[in-house]
Amino acid sequence: MTREELISLVATLVPDMKPGANKQYPEVIVTAAQLHELAIALKKTPETTLDYLFCETAVDRKDGFHMIYYVSSSVLHHSLMIRVVIPDKLNPVIPTVSDVWRAAEFYEREIFDLFGIKFENHPNLKRIFLDDDWVGYPLRKDYKDTFTIER
Amino acid sequence: MGIEIKSMAYEDFNDNEALEELQKSGSGVFMSSLESLMNWGRSNSVWPLTFATSCCGIEMMATGGSRHDFARFGIEVYRASPRQADVIVVAGTIVRKMAPVLKRLYDQMADPKYVIAMGACAVSGGPFYYNSYSVIRGVDQVIPVDVYIPGCPPRPEALLYGVMQLQRKIKARSSTKEVMPEPIQKQKETVEPVMPISESAPSTQATPPQTPAP
Amino acid sequence: MEDTVVDIDLKEKEEYIINMGPQHPSTHGVLRFETCLQGETVKYLIPHCGYIHRGIEKMSESLTYPQLIHLTDRMDYLSAHINNEAVSLCVEKAMGVEVSDRVKYIRTILAELTRIASHQLWWSAFGMDLGALTTFFYGLRDREKILDIFEESTGARLLQSFITPGGLMYDVHPNFQKRVTEFVKYFRKKLPEYDQLLTDNIIFRERTQGIGYMSLEDAIEFGVTGPSGRGSGFHCDIRKIEPYSAYPLVKFDEITFDVGDTYHRYLVRMKEMWQSLSIIEQLIDGIPQGPIMLELKAIKAPKGEYYQRVETARGELGVFIVSDGAPSPARIHYRTPNFSNLFIINKISAGHKIADLVAISGSLDLVIPDIDR
Repeated sequence: MTREELISLVATLVPDMKPGANKQYPEVIVTAAQLHELAIALKKTPETTLDYLFCETAVDRKDGFHMIYYVSSSVLHHSLMIRVVIPDKLNPVIPTVSDVWRAAEFYEREIFDLFGIKFENHPNLKRIFLDDDWVGYPLRKDYKDTFTIER
Repeated sequence: MGIEIKSMAYEDFNDNEALEELQKSGSGVFMSSLESLMNWGRSNSVWPLTFATSCCGIEMMATGGSRHDFARFGIEVYRASPRQADVIVVAGTIVRKMAPVLKRLYDQMADPKYVIAMGACAVSGGPFYYNSYSVIRGVDQVIPVDVYIPGCPPRPEALLYGVMQLQRKIKARSSTKEVMPEPIQKQKETVEPVMPISESAPSTQATPPQTPAP
Repeated sequence: MEDTVVDIDLKEKEEYIINMGPQHPSTHGVLRFETCLQGETVKYLIPHCGYIHRGIEKMSESLTYPQLIHLTDRMDYLSAHINNEAVSLCVEKAMGVEVSDRVKYIRTILAELTRIASHQLWWSAFGMDLGALTTFFYGLRDREKILDIFEESTGARLLQSFITPGGLMYDVHPNFQKRVTEFVKYFRKKLPEYDQLLTDNIIFRERTQGIGYMSLEDAIEFGVTGPSGRGSGFHCDIRKIEPYSAYPLVKFDEITFDVGDTYHRYLVRMKEMWQSLSIIEQLIDGIPQGPIMLELKAIKAPKGEYYQRVETARGELGVFIVSDGAPSPARIHYRTPNFSNLFIINKISAGHKIADLVAISGSLDLVIPDIDR
């Protein structure tokens, strides 16, 4: 499917979505509440079959945390970028997509470890890289500790 | 004129004075021939522990290959268990999660044991010195080190030179006078000292980020 | 998910927990498997990573783009050139510039040589884990020839940082073409020896056929790419899906099998070495002349978000850059292949013996610093 077809298909599934500005991949911006339904629909619809989540990450910006999902289809070889903005930086919460795309289970553990974003209904939300008793979330922009030597 | 390593000329080693001083400081007591025999045996048969964390481990494996063969120097086999190993070649970066494991491995080795810090990460933190929140800056903050090998990664020839330096150090050891050359623990001048890492104490030093008032 | 293991819980008689690692000869790095065994059979296992987590993504936020190339080498150190190429391509795409043809040819030839060197080391270590020590010496002997080529042209054996945004750091040595042609001729004679040693060996076949079955649905669900995914039939070669550098100009096959066991993951890599030799042969005699480095005033990506996918020796590497127009990125994220390849190990090794666990993790070809960054 081409770029325009993908965006218009998402518009039929989620009426109040916004198209994004990315020039490489077609981008859609949805809210946290609409994410889970959209994920299931994108995987099941035969015209899209977006079944391969190849990247999930978070970015700490001034207006909140941006969650970015890149999905692709293993048979039709088209890709889509989904963005969700979480405005609350003190207690960020978003539903998980690990029951739709299994790879998200581990990407989300990494995001919880480094950013502190909690995922609802995640089966095993624990730290993965850092010690279990580490205090703080290092990849946030306001993280400070006495161990790092700044240059 | 002192300690001889067969394959390299005396002039090619760079710190002859230090070791000769060390050997002489047994105040004139020359080593008995039994001791020289024991030191010769020990130095020509150091067996390392299989321990490689990152990229320097590949250069260590390449040194064991057939081009730069280090079985010629006595490193015949790698032992998987620390109880059977003589030297631990720390090849790669050590991070805060791994440091208690390294300390435990070092404690389990039997005396006489030696440590070679291979690569810039093990010597001083290497390319990860600045701005990293979890890299230990130099493995000598955890265990005492005998030989440092710089490089990122050091060439196999550099690792062989380091092993030969260790052999010279072992030959200078005198067990009657307890004048074993002491491993050097680095002094920390400007860096805030890291808490000694042990298994019982938690290893975190991070202060919680200041949360703004709601 | 029903089969997500949160913690090990000993229920039946004769179950006990064994830790493999983090210091272990055959985990190829610092990875810890907490396995629940019953007798010698693995019931389930939990992989623990993070023992080499150095914080590369956070460090890169305070470095400029040419400086952070040096840190990307240290992630998957066996495909160092390909990692550098990924970040360089992403920055060039962001700035909207294109490098000369000479640079594209040389980048592709270096990437394919890296792929062969990485598979040679994998083959050496895989044989050694299963007990065949001869493979260690054969593989490393031939790998030294590739490292000689790298050292003559780029200056370093293992971590070169040669491919930078804008082109290459300096031009290759005048002997480059001659040496690469000699190497290709030499290695074509040696590669059948590898097959004689391991592939046709009855003991090796008994130890790897039927072990560690990974279905196609699982490979897609978990995102297992590279030769591990192609052994189960997942067509995921980025060189075919989104070609870059000189790959549109060459003809090669994407090797996939439908079987999905350890033996076929092994066969994919052996056949990929032949394909890489053919790619190098198609390119080496026609390297065009041209500039090595573009004339750029400053390496600054404009505001926006950019993503680049490349195919390393182990799978799909993705580089995600968020830029605010400054010389340093505001956020850089690496989607590394080994992170996704690791977590399928619980599913594919349940029910096998603990000796088979070594064969399975060897066939997945994990490089641990790539998992933890």
